[in-house]
Amino acid sequence: MALDRKIAYIDLSTGKIEIKPIPIDIRRKFLGGRGLDAYLLYNHTEKGIDPLGPKNTIMVSGGLLTATLASATARTHVMAKSPLGGMVGSCNMGGFFAPELAWAGFHHLVIKGKADKPVYLWIHNGKIEIRDAKNLWGKTVTDTQWAIREELGDDDIKSLVIGPAGENLVRFANVMTGIKNSGGRTGMGAVMGSKNLKAIAARGTMDIKIAYPREALEYNKRFIDQITSAKVNQTQGTLGTPFIWGATNSWGGIRCRNFQYNQQLYCDDIEPEAIDEACTETIGPYHMTGCFGCQVHCRAKYKIPTGPYAGVYDEGPEYTSQGAFCGEPDCRSLETLLVGNHLVNQFGMDNLETGSLIAWAMELYELGILTDKETDGLDLRFGNDEALLEMVKRICFRKGWLGDTLAEGGLIASERIGKNSFDYLIQVKGVSNLHSDERATPALALNIATASRGSDHLRSRPAIDLYHLPVEVMRKIYSSPVPYDGPLSSEHTEYIGKPWQVFWHENCYMAVDCLGICKYHTTFLGATLPNFEDWSKVIYLNTGLEFTPREIWDIAERCNMIERLFNLREGLKREDPYRGDLLNHRYFDEPTRRGAPDVVGRVIDREKFRKMVDEFYEYKGLDKEGIPKPETLKRLGLDKEPSHLL
Amino acid sequence: MEPMGKVLAITPEKCTGCRLCELVCSVFHDGVSNAARSRIKVVKWESEGIYVPMSCQQCQDAPCMIVCPVKAISRDEALNRVMVNHDICIGCRSCVAVCPFGAMGFNVIDRKNFKCDLCDGDPQCVRFCEVKAVDYVDANQVSLAKKKAAAEKITAAQRQAVALASESH
Repeated sequence: MALDRKIAYIDLSTGKIEIKPIPIDIRRKFLGGRGLDAYLLYNHTEKGIDPLGPKNTIMVSGGLLTATLASATARTHVMAKSPLGGMVGSCNMGGFFAPELAWAGFHHLVIKGKADKPVYLWIHNGKIEIRDAKNLWGKTVTDTQWAIREELGDDDIKSLVIGPAGENLVRFANVMTGIKNSGGRTGMGAVMGSKNLKAIAARGTMDIKIAYPREALEYNKRFIDQITSAKVNQTQGTLGTPFIWGATNSWGGIRCRNFQYNQQLYCDDIEPEAIDEACTETIGPYHMTGCFGCQVHCRAKYKIPTGPYAGVYDEGPEYTSQGAFCGEPDCRSLETLLVGNHLVNQFGMDNLETGSLIAWAMELYELGILTDKETDGLDLRFGNDEALLEMVKRICFRKGWLGDTLAEGGLIASERIGKNSFDYLIQVKGVSNLHSDERATPALALNIATASRGSDHLRSRPAIDLYHLPVEVMRKIYSSPVPYDGPLSSEHTEYIGKPWQVFWHENCYMAVDCLGICKYHTTFLGATLPNFEDWSKVIYLNTGLEFTPREIWDIAERCNMIERLFNLREGLKREDPYRGDLLNHRYFDEPTRRGAPDVVGRVIDREKFRKMVDEFYEYKGLDKEGIPKPETLKRLGLDKEPSHLL
Repeated sequence: MEPMGKVLAITPEKCTGCRLCELVCSVFHDGVSNAARSRIKVVKWESEGIYVPMSCQQCQDAPCMIVCPVKAISRDEALNRVMVNHDICIGCRSCVAVCPFGAMGFNVIDRKNFKCDLCDGDPQCVRFCEVKAVDYVDANQVSLAKKKAAAEKITAAQRQAVALASESH
């Protein structure tokens, strides 16, 4: 049974390991995955702790439906206090780790303390062992995984590892699994590194009983047909996520030269079709790979065709890498894209953060705020491919003044660099923005400003807002499972109705994160994909637990509120430029210079933006300052937190 | 031509490595999610991006059938498959040892061997594999498709040769 998977508490300082069941009433409140992790984070950390100190607690989990029949149940979630912005640290990755962890008997790991020397965890059929990682320390992401398999003599072991970036406490180091499945954004790899925890290896052959096997199989078939019939998923399954980059760049939604332009020009070489032509073994129908159980298979395989890395195998590049190594630094070489992607995958470092920070440094260099002294002679102009790749390496190994400074993340780096460098840092809550430009899309701007882990598209982005869907279609999506009769607009440049959409997506994405399902299998990029109604059915058929769609919504709302409570405890203030629900001033002050006729010349209107935040807060049950009202906490059953139930 | 019966036709180049076949196989046969119980297994070389689904070939002269000391294994010609009768099987695992494809498994929980039974004619791995890396086709269709692919290559080579020859004049 999915419900008999355990939670393990592991203290790396003392070596003590405690294994407990997860009570049903906890499942009914938080489901599992990210939602339950958020509860554990709030309950197992104290206010104001050093994210890279032994008092930080790191949670690793699969979702309630991991390894069961609900389309693609591959996602692993990792959570701790973020070393990047000091708020909620959270990352979510595909691959094959979470199912293996579930087959090994566990859904949640709570890891505390700090080992006195490098160690890794070995989790096998109900047992957990802390092992010496002396021979793994210093190894790259894939070498670490293959070395663990060799040491333990089992090729089916799946591991969650950190690379050199995590060891070097780069504040945006990733947790990685497989070739390139990345738990990115908020430096969970650095938290593992700070605990001397190099890897978590899992292997399991324990049954997960399916409540209604034949019915679950039939429902899954229908579910998959629905998911794979969406055009957006068919395109992803052939071209991978680079197709999103191409589409977005065409209308002017891509950040270029840090934040100076909203479209990259003359970049045909990095379009997905061009990648397909240039590499003999990349993208296209027979060069895609998938995560556990997934029929979308959006990940491309490639071999670098030219240059010093010619012949090297990797996976991707995702559209985030196109932003990081092409759009933002304004480089246009396919080789740079493929090599940059390979380097961050092997270092275990967030591609978005790396690219954004280097692009920021490039703008500072061109403005004279950074000089050759700080760059150690590196010519950090926009479009300098060599300097870009050199900076990636310097950040990972903290080489040179600037490499070491950028490895600290934007907030600390802006303090070190000084002058008015912070004004140019495109971030929210210390986390650099995705490579997209939201000045023409208020709904998306509200999403990144209010996302719990800092600027982020995977927490509440109403991406379908760009499709200009008829209002009747939007009404159908956004009025379920809770009724909504307020205004809605098909126009992506509008402000009305958007706060409800962001609120709806925030709950939708939390629900999939609790279940361990990928966002490409819900209302993210496709308007026809499953959500609350279907989850109610798949949860029942796989686990036997009964939830109404409305109950799942309520759980998602509760889990989002716990993340909010954590952020407030750590100092979130509505209009604080460092840790608030606020955008960089350039969103309001600098009009977009490029793009489609309805995109060029846009800024976010300050007053209208404020009103959107007000409205969004109202839906969430927060006051004007963004603090939950007492009745909201009571309604969500969070008035006694921390409650230490688990 | 007489129908030869249907077989699992595996095309590794199409496989995305997702292992849904393993999941649905274990749920269909045992009512549980557990890749270790699956009759089909995707063998992977992850660092090269190569994935090969492996399952029983339902051999004509099946080594498992020949080696079985109690004759618990027999061919079911109607569905073109090799079956194990667990009422007769003594669990000696000779079949596991002898199978050249590693397709005969031994389940340590139930202490029984297990193998692909083609889901009685509706293989779930095929049903769920959208890319059709695993397909269920008439045996003579498999070789027909291969013949065509090889012929295409020959044609392309011939065209190239003709083009090269005309270029040199």
